[in-house]
Amino acid sequence: MRWSAILKRLALIPPTLLGVGAIVFVLLRVVPGDPIAMMIPPGASPADITRLRALYGLDQPLLSQFITWLGQVASGDFGRSISLRQQVFELVGARLPATLELAALAVAMALLMGITVALVGSLLRGTRAEWLLDTANGFFLAIPDFLWALILLLGFGVLLPLLPISGRLDPQLAVAFRTHFYLIESLLTLRLDVAADLLRHMLLPSLALALPFAALVARLLKAQLAEAEDQDYAQIARTRGFSRTTILQREVFPNALIPTVALSGVQVTLLLGGTVLVERIFSYEGIGNMAIDAVINRDFPLIQGLILTFAVLFIALNLAVDLLVALLDPRLRHG
Amino acid sequence: MSTVLDIDNLHVAIGTANVLRGVSLRVEAGEVRGLVGESGAGKSMVGRTIFGLLPAKAAITAGRVSFEGRDLLAMPDKQRRELLGRRIALIPQDPMTSLNPVRRIGAQICAVLQLHLKLSNRAARDRAAELLSEVAIRDPAGVLALYPHELSGGMRQRVLIAMAFACDPSLVIADEPTTALDVTVQRQVLQLVERMRQRHGAAILFVTHDLGVVAKICRSMTVLHAGRVLEDGLTLDVLVKPHHAYTRALLAATPRADRPADSLRPVPPALIESLWAEAHRLDQLAARRPA
Ligand SMILES: Nc1ncnc2c1ncn2[C@@H]1O[C@H](COP(=O)(O)OP(=O)(O)OP(=O)(O)O)[C@@H](O)[C@H]1O
Ligand SMILES: [Mg+2]
Repeated sequence: MRWSAILKRLALIPPTLLGVGAIVFVLLRVVPGDPIAMMIPPGASPADITRLRALYGLDQPLLSQFITWLGQVASGDFGRSISLRQQVFELVGARLPATLELAALAVAMALLMGITVALVGSLLRGTRAEWLLDTANGFFLAIPDFLWALILLLGFGVLLPLLPISGRLDPQLAVAFRTHFYLIESLLTLRLDVAADLLRHMLLPSLALALPFAALVARLLKAQLAEAEDQDYAQIARTRGFSRTTILQREVFPNALIPTVALSGVQVTLLLGGTVLVERIFSYEGIGNMAIDAVINRDFPLIQGLILTFAVLFIALNLAVDLLVALLDPRLRHG
Repeated sequence: MSTVLDIDNLHVAIGTANVLRGVSLRVEAGEVRGLVGESGAGKSMVGRTIFGLLPAKAAITAGRVSFEGRDLLAMPDKQRRELLGRRIALIPQDPMTSLNPVRRIGAQICAVLQLHLKLSNRAARDRAAELLSEVAIRDPAGVLALYPHELSGGMRQRVLIAMAFACDPSLVIADEPTTALDVTVQRQVLQLVERMRQRHGAAILFVTHDLGVVAKICRSMTVLHAGRVLEDGLTLDVLVKPHHAYTRALLAATPRADRPADSLRPVPPALIESLWAEAHRLDQLAARRPA
């Protein structure tokens, strides 16, 4: 991808975010449900309610509320959470790293599993084992992440209680962290017992997110491998005496990877969306879990902040996928 | 003269359809043999049999292929792979699709050199650059660092020719190596193949449907139709005194410098039909005879 193409994509980010912000802002205020009603103690007087509404600016007309909010956001102020009574920016900043670590682990596991299954499936082409593998893969693809979460919760949390099923870290391992990237920080500072405990907590939720995505990667990659294997250059490599595995590795895989990344990369956004339910099921303290509470409490500023965060993540992800595809495909790099 | 390739009574069927019906041909060391025939005659199937690249449903139903006295079809896969690319090499038909689009030219040439000649990285790169200058590529070091899409079709075919001769094979199978190129480039590529053959001392099985090319570069030739050999001999003899009516028809359909263009006559469809009918009759006869 050329620089001009990248710049064009970057230039589209502000208007996209503005659009997302406007839609969320309006939707929240049109849909029934009032944050003040959720927070007042029983027996509050109508005067109290009016005062609270004015405090959060909810008494203003919609347009002026939006413009005020926009101005604040532009200067880096995402407002105060109504239910948690803290700055949205700080709340999200403290929870986002947990979700990023969870999603990254899920993607890494999914790639490992998906690529392995696709390669093994390709080597088994035409056998009964290939059929079995394809069937199993279809099964994994058909079950959504939140169902996997429940299955894993029952399986490894309840029936065979091997792993923790809630939270991010054993409270007994109370350690002082300097950042909110607990896993990365504990690995870098070599506190391996902490890292191990974090991983044990992340394993089930990230597996739930990873399984359907792994199945998707496996299916896409396997189809692309079959197609690349039929190409002239792969056939001709056989006339040069290369073994089937060498050809798969050097000729077929790098070519099959390009469309696979392009097609499955955008699906990572689905995986990120999946964190909402999966984090909830495992009481994992990320932004997905936080989003559910924010919606239940009609916490307008927090919902807006979280949705903008997801929007930024989705945009960044799409750009990253396009850059990765260009990196893998020299024809695009020079095109 | 020793025989490099000896194909004897080769039968290949794809599903229930016969595509090679008893092909026999020999390539002597260092010679260029033309393999001529219309589209669908089975020319590429001969090469595919040698390289083990027959389609999935294809079966070799009879015959032997020996290379330098060794039975290619009977040897284990691993042994055959040691010969392929080193002793037997291919110049493919379409240079646009025959190179891996995501690997640099240098990596693709070096891989062959390292597989068969066990060269070090450094030595392989030097040898690859040498090979590129042999096929008249200027700035070989620069081209090694390029990707296929940065080269023209003619340049890519030069690269593929260099790769074919990289390990000094004794047999090169060139399957219509110029049909995908435009006319001006075709001549250069033909000359190049001929120069590389002399330099590396290989024999070539040159697959083409152009008798003009055969007349120019082949010492001997085989005419194939419907998977059968209709004519076989030294090019001079065949061109002067063709035995088979089909060969005569092919000759009459080939443009020549010493004849006006309007004397060209296409191969009569009736002749082609009768040849196919004969082939199918032979199939039925063979099917009735217990194997
Ligand atoms: N994958 C395949 N499946 C079924 N039949 C095939 C396949 N490939 C080739 N054939 C058949 O085998 C016969 C011989 O094909 P082959 O490719 O050897 O012809 P050719 O002489 O090389 O022709 P061309 O000049 O077009 O390259 C043809 O009748 C063709 O239809
Ligand atoms: Mg052919």
